[in-house]
Amino acid sequence: MSGTVEREVGRPRLRKEDARLITGQTNWTDNISVNGLLHVAILRSPMAHSRLDRVDVSAALDRPGVVAAFSGADLAEGLGSLPCAWPVTEDIVLPDHPPIAVDEVRYAGDPVAVVVARDRYAAADALEAIEVDYTPLPPVLDLEAALAEGAPLVHSDKGTNRCYDWPLKTGEDFDSVRECAEVTLKRRYHQQRLIPNAMEPRAVVVTPLAASGEYTVYSATQIPHILRVMLSVVTGVPEHKLRVVAPDVGGGFGSKLQVYGEEAIALTLARRLGRPVKWTESRSEGYLATHHGRGMIQDVEIAANRDGKLLGLKVDLLADMGAYLMLVTPGIPILGAFMYPAIYKMDSYDFTCTGVFTTRTPTDAYRGAGRPEATYAIERIMDDLAAELDLDPVELRHRNWIGHEDFPYTSIAGLTYDSGNYEAATEKALALFGYDKLRAEQADRNERGDAVRLGIGVSTYTEMCGLAPSRVLRDLRYAAGGWEAATIRMLPTGKVEVVTGTSPHGQGHVTCWSQIAADVLGVPFEDVEVVHGDTMAAPQGMDTYGSRSLVVGGSAVHHAALKVVEKARKVAAHLLEASEHDLEFTDGVFSVKGSPDARKTIQEVAFETFSSHDLPDGMAPTINAEYLVDPDNFSYPHGTHLCAVEVDTETGRTRIRSYVCVDDVGRVVNPAIVEGQVHGGLAQGIAQALFEEAVYDEEGNLLSGTMADYLVPSAADLPDFVTDRTETPSSTNPLGVKGVGEAGTIASTPAAVNAVVDALRPLGVRDVRMPCTPERVWQTLREAAR
Amino acid sequence: MTRISVKVDGTTYEDEVEPRLLLVHYLRDRLGLTGTPIGCDTSNCGACTVDLDGESVKSCSVLAVQADGSDVTTVEGLAHNGELSGLQRAFHERHALQCGYCTPGMLMAARDLLRENPNPSADDVRQGLEGNLCRCTGYQNIVRAVLAASGQEVTA
Repeated sequence: MSGTVEREVGRPRLRKEDARLITGQTNWTDNISVNGLLHVAILRSPMAHSRLDRVDVSAALDRPGVVAAFSGADLAEGLGSLPCAWPVTEDIVLPDHPPIAVDEVRYAGDPVAVVVARDRYAAADALEAIEVDYTPLPPVLDLEAALAEGAPLVHSDKGTNRCYDWPLKTGEDFDSVRECAEVTLKRRYHQQRLIPNAMEPRAVVVTPLAASGEYTVYSATQIPHILRVMLSVVTGVPEHKLRVVAPDVGGGFGSKLQVYGEEAIALTLARRLGRPVKWTESRSEGYLATHHGRGMIQDVEIAANRDGKLLGLKVDLLADMGAYLMLVTPGIPILGAFMYPAIYKMDSYDFTCTGVFTTRTPTDAYRGAGRPEATYAIERIMDDLAAELDLDPVELRHRNWIGHEDFPYTSIAGLTYDSGNYEAATEKALALFGYDKLRAEQADRNERGDAVRLGIGVSTYTEMCGLAPSRVLRDLRYAAGGWEAATIRMLPTGKVEVVTGTSPHGQGHVTCWSQIAADVLGVPFEDVEVVHGDTMAAPQGMDTYGSRSLVVGGSAVHHAALKVVEKARKVAAHLLEASEHDLEFTDGVFSVKGSPDARKTIQEVAFETFSSHDLPDGMAPTINAEYLVDPDNFSYPHGTHLCAVEVDTETGRTRIRSYVCVDDVGRVVNPAIVEGQVHGGLAQGIAQALFEEAVYDEEGNLLSGTMADYLVPSAADLPDFVTDRTETPSSTNPLGVKGVGEAGTIASTPAAVNAVVDALRPLGVRDVRMPCTPERVWQTLREAAR
Repeated sequence: MTRISVKVDGTTYEDEVEPRLLLVHYLRDRLGLTGTPIGCDTSNCGACTVDLDGESVKSCSVLAVQADGSDVTTVEGLAHNGELSGLQRAFHERHALQCGYCTPGMLMAARDLLRENPNPSADDVRQGLEGNLCRCTGYQNIVRAVLAASGQEVTA
């Protein structure tokens, strides 16, 4: 394949996806309309916790345009509990989770009743006519109080708000390590709840074929394949009668890695009524009904020697599950459990996570899912340790990280990091940032007592992504496997269809998978199309989340293409009357060694295979190929992020002055797309550091309940980022790639908060609780001055 | 019901509408012009931005009856005979979109911005697009694209 044609992998190809998206020729789920379509509106609990004494929908039925209305009890038959696919311990408390509440609501936003009407306005209007009698029950909001004896219970039948305890203890006993340590630091960090805010609100359309009991579910989902299995289980519609389509999907960030009640409700309504139905959430409804992210209290203790050498780490985590366990709710902190030791060597690790039920919207995956929280905790406490030891924070990290010569390296948490070069990434980042110069300026401004302080934040990270080896997932009690599928169809005219089991929603898989296939097959990039997101057209897949698509799905495309070439080689050899061993394959052309005129392109071979007039004896008339990959290991991208902030000590306002990151995501298929992923990740991580928080009042009402109250940053709130890369190929897949979707989010939160704290440390501040809003910074400064 | 006449992307439509019908729902549900999406219900996100008589508006904040007699341009009316507008080309070439849900609104808002300020600085673009939210791109490539579309040199 070492031909003269420029290789596709590594080129910043412009995206094939864009043509539709920039002209408005899109197919978002809410765009879908069919004859006779009915619209669904959902009445939601206005209270965090309440008994449902009576739900009467009869008056709604009299409203104009209303076709049907149902309470939870009306729909209970044939609508099972929503699934949790990651029961992390054997004795986990798994509450029943009806898609519509039947006798009790457990968070503000819990569905209570549904109306089906001829248009969306009529459906929304009729919600007002539904009568509900509530008997308020006490809300459960504080994670520690929830675990106390006699605390009010979210699920009274379970007798506890403790969902699970999940321990991981490795290496030496932490208590003994602590005894011998010259320095120990203990810190508590709060991971505030976040609202994912994919720009496309959720929507679902179900079209029934009543006579044969077949249903097509269109949903704004990241996981059409998983959804098909789960909807079948929840509703009892046989799996082979269900087709799930993820049309154009406008972002996910984990929030569409879910099996939502509304999807099951819509399917059930279409089945009951024999009519097509649509439900589209409003943004404010989504703030209540789409799962949240983060929501943890982290007690972290680190033990070290005075020279900075780390000895051990102890982490006690309280994780807010919210009211119910959704698809992977309990597993999110467990994904983080393995990442607290990060890139550092140490002798002891002691981790415990306790999952806690509260009367709030359930939590689940949000960009990074456990790993940003872990990275935040270790990188924050490393900065504090550096301050304690009067060491430069970069130097402290350098003294403890895994050297590039040590890979593959088995971390104290038991993961085997495949490859990396922390020295190279850090060196490059420091140079781009102008670290020494900024430190000098900082010292100068501190000396002058400048009212606007300069802070420099450092964060390194690694993450486990590319989910994942199925056996490891089994050991973690995750219900599904981690494989991915690809099929390559060589069409008679020489064009190529790549069928993938990944389900993109902004990542650019169509472009990147085309690049991968074009390289192996030696066909033009333009001749490749990618089929995805439809269980009928792409029947096998494990979908898109956890930065897994390129690592696993891209590898499957690569392997499938190699199989196509091997099949085509047999046909070409037969047509050229040569031995397979005498054939060379370069830039899509089979030629016979020594006789360059004897040649067939793979696209010609595709046609000859289609006509099948002259195939080798016994060969089936196809060179199409399928490949399923189940990786041996995760992949471990890493990087070093540096953030400089200016904090106005008089107003508390933080301005990011510069941000530099050097990420190592292994080999890169499309550098433009990688850069875009990093930009977006940085924005989301910085948003957690400085802007966003799901705020509840003491009754359990979501106060930040609209986009006007929850501060998703705009262009005016963010700086230009300087991004660069080092490239250490992964050894766990043939492309040498690592994931990139979550990297930016993982490192930028601690980098930004470390910068804020660094700016204020001379004023006696050693922590600012996220988000570091002007008010909170100002309050923190006032408290420090006391 | 109120009778309205609205020209959208060059075609005039006459319809009876409920007075409370939002322009964005009129475009999407009545005319089938689904290129303009809805991203919020508090006019914060800007995904539904269209051009109404030469000014960009959030079409979730305008009633269809208010558009009576008006000329509306949506993202679907930007390209002419298959020829993309400069902004559309720049968004493509600068990788200024990922999921693309905010893109119609971004394009319409950026078009208005460049009309008012044909030679904006990067900061002008950031401030000018403050009413349009994107969750994927971190905005950097959107800023680059708008600057490029204005004919300015863009580094990186």
